[in-house]
Amino acid sequence: MNLTYSAEEQAFRREVRGFLATSLPDDIRERVRLGRRLSADDHLRWQTILGERGWLAANWPEEHGGPGWGPVQRHIFDEECAAAHAPTVVPFGVNMVAPVIMTFGSEAQQRHYLPRILANRDWWCQGYSEPGAGSDLASLKTRAVRDGDHYVVTGQKTWTTLGQHANMMFCLVRTDPDARKQAGISFLLIDMASPGITVRPIITLEGAHEVNEVFLDEVRVPVANRIGEEGQGWTCAKFLLTHERTGIAGLGHAKQALRHLKSLATRVQHRGRPLLELASFRQRVVKAELELMALEVTNLRVIAAARDGGAPGAESSLLKVRGSELRQELSDLTRRALGPAALPFFPDFLHGDGELDDPALAESASSAAQYFNRRKLSIYGGANEIQKSIVAKTILGM
Amino acid sequence: MDFSLTDEQRMLADTLERLIADRVAPEQRRALLEAPAGERSALWQTFAELGLLHMPFAEQVGGLGGDGTDLMLIMQALGRGLVPEAYLAGLVLPGDLLARLGDAGQRKRWLAPLLEGEHQLALAWQEGDARYDAHGIATTACREGDGWRLDGDKQLVLNAASAIALLVTARLDDGRLGLFVVPADAAGLSRRDYRTIDDQSASNLALEAVSLSADACLSADAANALDATLALGRAALCAEAVGTMEVACEQTLDYLKERQQFGTPLSRFQSLQHRMVDMHLHLEQARSMAILAATSLDRPAAERDYRLAAAKAYCGEAARFVAEQAIQLHGGMGMTDECHVSHYAKHLVMFDHYLGDCDHHLEHVSDQLETAA
Ligand SMILES: Cc1cc2nc3c(=O)[nH]c(=O)nc-3n(C[C@H](O)[C@H](O)[C@H](O)COP(=O)(O)OP(=O)(O)OC[C@H]3O[C@@H](n4cnc5c(N)ncnc54)[C@H](O)[C@@H]3O)c2cc1C
Repeated sequence: MNLTYSAEEQAFRREVRGFLATSLPDDIRERVRLGRRLSADDHLRWQTILGERGWLAANWPEEHGGPGWGPVQRHIFDEECAAAHAPTVVPFGVNMVAPVIMTFGSEAQQRHYLPRILANRDWWCQGYSEPGAGSDLASLKTRAVRDGDHYVVTGQKTWTTLGQHANMMFCLVRTDPDARKQAGISFLLIDMASPGITVRPIITLEGAHEVNEVFLDEVRVPVANRIGEEGQGWTCAKFLLTHERTGIAGLGHAKQALRHLKSLATRVQHRGRPLLELASFRQRVVKAELELMALEVTNLRVIAAARDGGAPGAESSLLKVRGSELRQELSDLTRRALGPAALPFFPDFLHGDGELDDPALAESASSAAQYFNRRKLSIYGGANEIQKSIVAKTILGM
Repeated sequence: MDFSLTDEQRMLADTLERLIADRVAPEQRRALLEAPAGERSALWQTFAELGLLHMPFAEQVGGLGGDGTDLMLIMQALGRGLVPEAYLAGLVLPGDLLARLGDAGQRKRWLAPLLEGEHQLALAWQEGDARYDAHGIATTACREGDGWRLDGDKQLVLNAASAIALLVTARLDDGRLGLFVVPADAAGLSRRDYRTIDDQSASNLALEAVSLSADACLSADAANALDATLALGRAALCAEAVGTMEVACEQTLDYLKERQQFGTPLSRFQSLQHRMVDMHLHLEQARSMAILAATSLDRPAAERDYRLAAAKAYCGEAARFVAEQAIQLHGGMGMTDECHVSHYAKHLVMFDHYLGDCDHHLEHVSDQLETAA
């Protein structure tokens, strides 16, 4: 056993770091660093830069225009991006629907959609959840009724992340109401400009507009936009969920958050000494440090297993649970480290383009909002309770 | 040993509960939050009519002589409604200091109208570099002719935008802690107003060569009184948090019973039942600590502060647990601004940032661990 990175991997890390230092626009870096909302244009600018470098689709194979990286390189890339305050690539196209299209899509679908994703021409959103179908996703009710070479889709999706910017949605719909729950579901690609679609914002508790409700009223979707066979949607959905969960450990983000926390707690003073010297606080930082060390190795173990063949399995549920808990703990500690300075709330600065003339207020403005936003990590992508049920069932056989 | 309430106290609690249910339902709460600063609300007027503004003050200074338990009942009710009135910050804390330190003239000018609901005040004790330490401050007060001159910065002054005057702590030349009444329109005083993430109105203050007359000085040695007042404030906050936790628990329990997934109410899943029980346990333990805090205010200072530190630290952790689980068990709904529980959760998490957080108070408990009775 050997846990060190090879010389090539280290060289790769330097290459990524150099690229980020020169290519990431300063204004975007600063917005990410301060925890401010990115505009659609900010996302697109960065994704275009990544695309030009050939690094947008980090997990795609070379045959489809990916860089052909292995899991270790992808891990290094994620880590360096987080450390450099690069925006997270909006995952719904590149990391979610693309693998589904590669695995289950027809050749025509692959030829049409994959290059558009690589060129940032489509902004995808994920239409899975419904008001009545969250953890119990398979109980979804949105109906798709066949009418010639179209489906007519009626229903409601919710929690649709960044749906306000999207022009395409991949959507789970019920094509056969009589089949067993999972068997009646199909996977459709829907043009958001279709008549009958209404997108309404949901404002989250920290004042952000990140999620939406999407109403579908007799939306006509070409049958050619179905991925896989009718009734095969659940297989696509499950395949996609495991992909969603691998990145969700968020190791790069956790590392960056811990680095920031340590530096913050060294600068912040408590009775004339650095806060980090205060026993009860220090102990929690130490615990987070150990948790992160362990998680990094666990993550590498899962990655190595994936590299040697095999898709990430139920292990990704373990990563998701621990990773989300750790990131939530770090956001809690960061908020606490700021003390009273975590209280002031400047929504126009965080969620819009309002500026703050006081740099000290700007530096601490996002900590509480981020803490509340991070509560989502244990809810979305399959809530942690559900992840634990998966582990109990598939790993432990309970 | 007696945990029962007097008839008057039970009546007080009932009246408040009804009032808040009638007047501070979530839709009304938003309107109250958006009301312009400094305008006396109809709710405050009702508080005045009910005697709530007189309640926490001794009879000698014109109050009703309520004790820690009375204040606890009021704060708990306010916490249940997340009532956006500055009862603690605009009335109780500054009023308590005026009652302790003010002479007859100062009380007549500032305290009497406060109790009548004619104006509100604010207490400016916190500074950026001092974190939660009320004594390690850098604002200075120097003699200037007959009067004083104040210089410094204050942070997170709750209710400052609605206050006719601010009670400001400042370091004197001799090193002692002074307390001054600074009129809101004093030359050299500037304010940056904002809301906290849990919807409190707050301000940062800059005092630049603020000139005050001699009678603006409430005390040239206010340290002990300030400790007593902050202890009172901590007890009040703990009680308020208990009220807020109660509602967060009730709403979560209702939601678990009502929300169906996998063809059955969430409340049927054992892992969620246990989590709900943990929330309830945290609530009940926090309630005990809030009672201990409310009944310890008249103890000798060392004992009082030890218990208050313990209660504030304990309630801080309990409040956070309840808040996080309330969001988690509501799933995506708990993340929304529209769902009331998120507002309760925000207040419960940020509770820790007012009047000292867990780490601040745990340090105090830890330092006194061997000697405390
Ligand atoms: C910020 C955010 C972004 C999102 N983005 C998207 C998106 O882009 N597209 C999309 O389709 N969806 C999205 N989601 C939805 C997300 O996947 C769901 O919120 C999630 O699946 C949970 O469903 P729910 O909210 O209905 O909670 P519920 O399923 O109602 O669950 C409520 C609580 O009960 C627990 N619970 C449920 N069943 C069980 C059980 N059997 N045993 C034990 N505990 C249980 C849950 O773990 C949770 O704590 C997003 C959600 C959030 C918060």
